[in-house]
Amino acid sequence: MADKHNAETIITETQKRISSAFEVFDHESNKTVDVREIGTIIRSLGCFPSEADLHDIIAELEEEEPTGFVRYEKFLPTMTKILLERKFRPITEDLLLQAFEVLDQQKKGHLEPEELTRYLTQEGEPFTQEEMDEMLSAAVDPDKNVILYKDFVSMMTFDDTR
Amino acid sequence: MGCGVTKSNQLQLKPCDRGNISVPAMRAALLIQRWYRQYVARLEMRRRCTWNIFQSIEYSGQQDHIKLYNFFGYLMDHFSSANSQRNLVSQMFGESEVFQDAEWERRFCYKDIEVPDVYTGPHLSFPLSISNVTELVHAFKNKQVQSFLSKQQNSFMYMLQSQSFSSVSGSCRSECLSADVSPQKLHARYVLQLLGKTWTLLRLMPNISHVGTCRHKEITICGDLHGHLEDLLLIFYKNGFPSAETPYVFNGDFVDRGKESIEILLVLFAFLLLYPHNVHLNRGNHEDHIVNLRYGFTKEVLGKYQVHGKMILKLLQKIFSWLPLATVIDQKVLILHGGISDKTDLNVIAKLDRHRFVSALRPLKRKGASAMLKEAALSADGDEEFSAGRRRVQSLSHGTPLRLRQELPRHSVHSESGRTGRSVEEELRERRRLAGLSLSSDSDPAEVLETDADEWKQIVDVLWSDPMSQNGCVPNKVRGGGCYWGPDVTQEVLDRHKLQLLIRSHECKQEGYEFCHNGRVLTIFSASNYYDVGSNRGAYIRLGPDLIPHFKQFQASRSTRELTLRQSVGRTERSALQALRMQLFAHKSALIREFQEYDPQRTGLISVKHWAAAVEKVLRLALPWRVLRSQLVTSSTQDGTLNYHDWVNQLSVIQPNTEIANTSLLETLYKHHSNLESIFRMIDTDHSGLISFEEFRQTWKLLSSHLQTDISDKAISDLAESIDFNKDGSIDINEFMEAFRLVEHSRAEMEVLPSPE
Repeated sequence: MADKHNAETIITETQKRISSAFEVFDHESNKTVDVREIGTIIRSLGCFPSEADLHDIIAELEEEEPTGFVRYEKFLPTMTKILLERKFRPITEDLLLQAFEVLDQQKKGHLEPEELTRYLTQEGEPFTQEEMDEMLSAAVDPDKNVILYKDFVSMMTFDDTR
Repeated sequence: MGCGVTKSNQLQLKPCDRGNISVPAMRAALLIQRWYRQYVARLEMRRRCTWNIFQSIEYSGQQDHIKLYNFFGYLMDHFSSANSQRNLVSQMFGESEVFQDAEWERRFCYKDIEVPDVYTGPHLSFPLSISNVTELVHAFKNKQVQSFLSKQQNSFMYMLQSQSFSSVSGSCRSECLSADVSPQKLHARYVLQLLGKTWTLLRLMPNISHVGTCRHKEITICGDLHGHLEDLLLIFYKNGFPSAETPYVFNGDFVDRGKESIEILLVLFAFLLLYPHNVHLNRGNHEDHIVNLRYGFTKEVLGKYQVHGKMILKLLQKIFSWLPLATVIDQKVLILHGGISDKTDLNVIAKLDRHRFVSALRPLKRKGASAMLKEAALSADGDEEFSAGRRRVQSLSHGTPLRLRQELPRHSVHSESGRTGRSVEEELRERRRLAGLSLSSDSDPAEVLETDADEWKQIVDVLWSDPMSQNGCVPNKVRGGGCYWGPDVTQEVLDRHKLQLLIRSHECKQEGYEFCHNGRVLTIFSASNYYDVGSNRGAYIRLGPDLIPHFKQFQASRSTRELTLRQSVGRTERSALQALRMQLFAHKSALIREFQEYDPQRTGLISVKHWAAAVEKVLRLALPWRVLRSQLVTSSTQDGTLNYHDWVNQLSVIQPNTEIANTSLLETLYKHHSNLESIFRMIDTDHSGLISFEEFRQTWKLLSSHLQTDISDKAISDLAESIDFNKDGSIDINEFMEAFRLVEHSRAEMEVLPSPE
């Protein structure tokens, strides 16, 4: 049946994507990756989990006695399910823009670096100093020393089309 | 999310406790964080892929080295008695000057070299003083400043402004900041003088240095530098110059690849002369003149020192062979460049004559006629075979003098063999004898040979081996020398010698350092941005009496400091992809053949899936082709198929400098061009950069028969003629290599990201 064939193809293709991404971090070619890379692998496959989501997934993936490594046989079914169920869906450009606009309470059209830093390093799932610095280096307009978030969002989401 | 506290959140924020943040704002923050982390993860994936590309290409390049090596062996086995070929072979292995050391010292004498008044560089006087050495370092640093200023970069300047060397005077600083400083190169006279003193000193040193730590005195250990002077200066900036209070170990691979290898050597040797008990240099596998032919150091020296470069290189050859092989700290920590094998025995290493082993890439003499035939049969294999265990690595040059031989200019090679009345066969026999330790007739030649082979293996293992995660010890086929050794070997060898830690280098690591084998092996690598800008950090180790390594990382970042993560990943990625496209191009015909397997009807189209499978099969580079696919295949049709002929043609275009019509010849040449270059440079014994027409033809003929490629004499002659641009009967090696520089087919296909430069 055409439907069944399609479903199978989708699953196979999905699993190939998972396998490729996994391979990139499988440094010893022994079908294991460091558990600390799991977040990167999941995200690189197009998912947008929060840190809390990741911790839950990792808890599920780890053995009773955590070795610090995750085996492919465990990862594959979990990840397949995540992809097929389309969990952790992407954040669209619009949604992202709205988020910045919410933070811009005075509706200035831009954000001060200190403002953004305060929000992102103290609220939600806070950024580390390194993460904050890295984002600022890309986000802050060097002449005006503010974050023109509309431009920033367009620029960053342009990469998504690659 | 509300007021809930998840088990993951370390910072337990309860927004409802905070009166001044609204729930929407908190949700917005969360969204932005979630999005940004995903973005960074995707970049990290790209960076990792890029890294894998560079590593794979590097290792496959080293397999070229194996081919070169096999080629030399082939030559030894198969030289014909035809006059022309015989002379070519003897010329290639013309390292036949077996002088006494005293004679060499006379020849390396710097005293007749005059330093002109216009020279503005440092003047060295011996014995060296601290201010002399500091002046030297600043001269080289100024050269860096000069090039920065011309590019209008100021991040390095920022560094210089805040340096705090106690020995730096205020005037030095302002000198650094002025734009009028001209590039500083140490004059050849001083180079030879410094190198001569270094050679003298090194000959007094044992194979293994023993060093002790004490309270208030930590030892600094640096890994590969590979001509990255900037990184060495950065280390000195962060950690201080070498001194009695700040001892250093430099763990090999000072030269090749980077553009300031000679400067690094001069600085390191200067500090060695100043503090011979506090500066320790270990030999690396790149401290080897034949490796240097291939990886750029030879070229650099000849370019910078046009008159005396050859002499400098010759002296360096001696120095390299005299570099110690290992350093041991507090009898507990072993530091050496590559690694170990299950046969490693420090007692053997301590006792051998290390200077006899000049280069890893010299074929071993044959043990006897029957062995010769057998090996001849083996070496007839195609270039794809790397025969296991066949390690022809013994050097043919010898420290003990046999007799004096005049060094002759290149073109009188004919008269040379005439004058000495010796055929290449006799020559080889002589070398075989030379390679044996003892010249007396009552020693058993077979026995002598075995000791040599054993010692040889000890050294090659130390310089070339890599760790692996599985137990055991197997030959390192990727590098063509040394072993892959496992955690069980580490345990056995370290325990046997009562050591607790092995520190080695030899492999580039993204963070500059990496532990393995349950923390008993530590790799340290000090050349940042090794593959390209942004590819990796460098690191060094500080070791105190507790023998617990502390790491300092750095990244020489003239331009990366200005770049965002995104831009630096993008840049490195672009060059990795370009390197990959070159590899693909080099295998054009094989790729097309493989594509056609999937396209029996010759429609010219294949699915992307089949593309990935074919590329993987042909290139045999362990890369995630599916992930890379989107970067390498920019045009596919809607239904996921691509036109492979178009794709192959788009890969690259050879710069149209030559009129080479025969494209399959071109492709073959391109595939082997690095090896060709190495061979050419060996032929070019007077380092003039030119080889004769005839030599080119001969070389290519030999190489092609070894590779069993099918290229007619006429095609080669035509090729040689077309390359001889000024029609004077000689070929400029550099021009020839230039012909193979590939240009991007279309810039439009590249990213639209703003270029940081």
